[in-house]
Amino acid sequence: MLDQKQHIKLPEGSIEKNTTTLNLGPTHPATHGVFQNILEIDGERVVSAVSTVGYIHRAFEKIAERRPYYQITPLTDRLNYCSAPINNMGWIMTVEKLLGLEIPKRVDYLRVIIMELARIADHLICSAVMGVDTGALTGFVYLMTYRELIYEIYEEICGSRLTTNIGRIGGFERNFTPAAFEKIERFLKEYPVALKEFETLLTRNRIFMERTQGVGAISAERAMSYGFTGPNLRAAGVDYDVRIASPYSSYQDFDFSIPVGTTGDCYDRYQVRNAEMWESISIIRQAMDKLKGLPDDVYHADVPAYYLPDKKDVYTKMEALIYHFKIVMGETDILPGEVYHSVEGANGELGFYLISDGGRSPYRLHFRRPCFIYYQAYPELIKGSMLSDAIVCMSSLNLIAGELDA
Amino acid sequence: MSLTNERIQQRLTEKFGDVLTGFEEPFGMLTFTAQKDYNLKVMQFLFDDEELRFRFLTDITAVHYPERKGEELCVVYHLHNFVDNVRLRLKVYTPVAAPKVFTATSLYESANWMERETYDFFGVDFVGHPNLIRVLNVDEMTYFPMRKEFPLEDPMRTDKDDEMFGRGGHF
Repeated sequence: MLDQKQHIKLPEGSIEKNTTTLNLGPTHPATHGVFQNILEIDGERVVSAVSTVGYIHRAFEKIAERRPYYQITPLTDRLNYCSAPINNMGWIMTVEKLLGLEIPKRVDYLRVIIMELARIADHLICSAVMGVDTGALTGFVYLMTYRELIYEIYEEICGSRLTTNIGRIGGFERNFTPAAFEKIERFLKEYPVALKEFETLLTRNRIFMERTQGVGAISAERAMSYGFTGPNLRAAGVDYDVRIASPYSSYQDFDFSIPVGTTGDCYDRYQVRNAEMWESISIIRQAMDKLKGLPDDVYHADVPAYYLPDKKDVYTKMEALIYHFKIVMGETDILPGEVYHSVEGANGELGFYLISDGGRSPYRLHFRRPCFIYYQAYPELIKGSMLSDAIVCMSSLNLIAGELDA
Repeated sequence: MSLTNERIQQRLTEKFGDVLTGFEEPFGMLTFTAQKDYNLKVMQFLFDDEELRFRFLTDITAVHYPERKGEELCVVYHLHNFVDNVRLRLKVYTPVAAPKVFTATSLYESANWMERETYDFFGVDFVGHPNLIRVLNVDEMTYFPMRKEFPLEDPMRTDKDDEMFGRGGHF
């Protein structure tokens, strides 16, 4: 029985009961994460929707106020866990910007490789899941093999797969091994073939097109007003990409284009993601070529005061032991200041607003989480559409519950 | 980039004069403070002006400074001009006893949840917001957890003294 204490605001019309109230989520298998939507449906048509978020809120911003800087990287893993390395790099680059560190080119290029691999891993899941939600499981199962290859590359570089904690302030914790480069080469050789096949399976598929074209469409003005960024904004026709607008990690050295759509519907979002995967493959190839001309033993900047030294050195070298102690005990001087740094995450502009008062942990850290901001457009996107279209629309937005709720 | 920070500052000072203070450029981003009743007017001007065109709201958040008496809460807006690719940061200070600032939902749809989040964690009351309720925390919560008076660990613990390791002192 619903009494006065119920805290979920029911949508309009649910008391009069001319329509049906349907509780979609929070643990519905079709929502791919903890999303609750209370839909008001008339037959099979969505009249209105109310989104409830926050089911996996973990107070990362509060926790970050007690953590030293290097311990915040694992927190960022758990935002968009489909592309954790982008979050790690974004956070590390924010701190480096605050400290004014010069990063060697080779480190920048290695970071670009990792970030673009993460972008592919994220986009391929999103595109494949759109296939699943429209009834084509094959592509999803097929592409999973290649996400596995990407995870093996992560594993080779940092030892973990999903929540990677990859990189340190100043560079990487260890150099890329020859096996890692071999795996990247293998991925670059095999993945384009698979992606081509995947596109053949879905892109001109009549059923897929009917299910996604014109569904969840949004105009460029509305998308900007709703704070869309990333592929969702570009699908609406705005060519905004942080990698171009404010380049970080030497993205200005690379030659790539920004795919844009026109109508901003699910089909355009799918197309933009696929085109971006091709761009990412090209960027990784360029980065691999650029690495050949650089000394292959540089994997971090020479900033001993901030770069957590190799454990082997900590046990054998005096300086490394001192710096290790100082960094772990929070005695390094982090300069006071405030900085906003953003990276092009897989689903939009991932921003870090950091205020340091000179202490061992941030005074305030705020994550600009792209999907928290654009998810509020969801009721508008699905209003008047069929229930099954609402499901496709949700998966086309690439919502990640971990990022949404922080 | 045709629109420089100096030009933005000049346009804003012409229009608003003493309302805007504290112009600075940390890491190249123009940052300034507006009097608390003027936040919406300033944003409206930045939005409408044909030269400035700040029509994308990147972020809204707040910061709590307990030691700044009478202006403990600082609401921070990040705005972006896509055409000239310029960002700026607008700050509004408000007392924690009556934290009222005007809502930006009339300008940007995206401000809706960002302001709800800021209310949720800091208790900033956005005047005119259509649906100012908690968004990430439970509705039954009676306090605003990101304020500095809520430490992450109990400061009264006596069994754990790590004053020597930089962890004591402030929370």
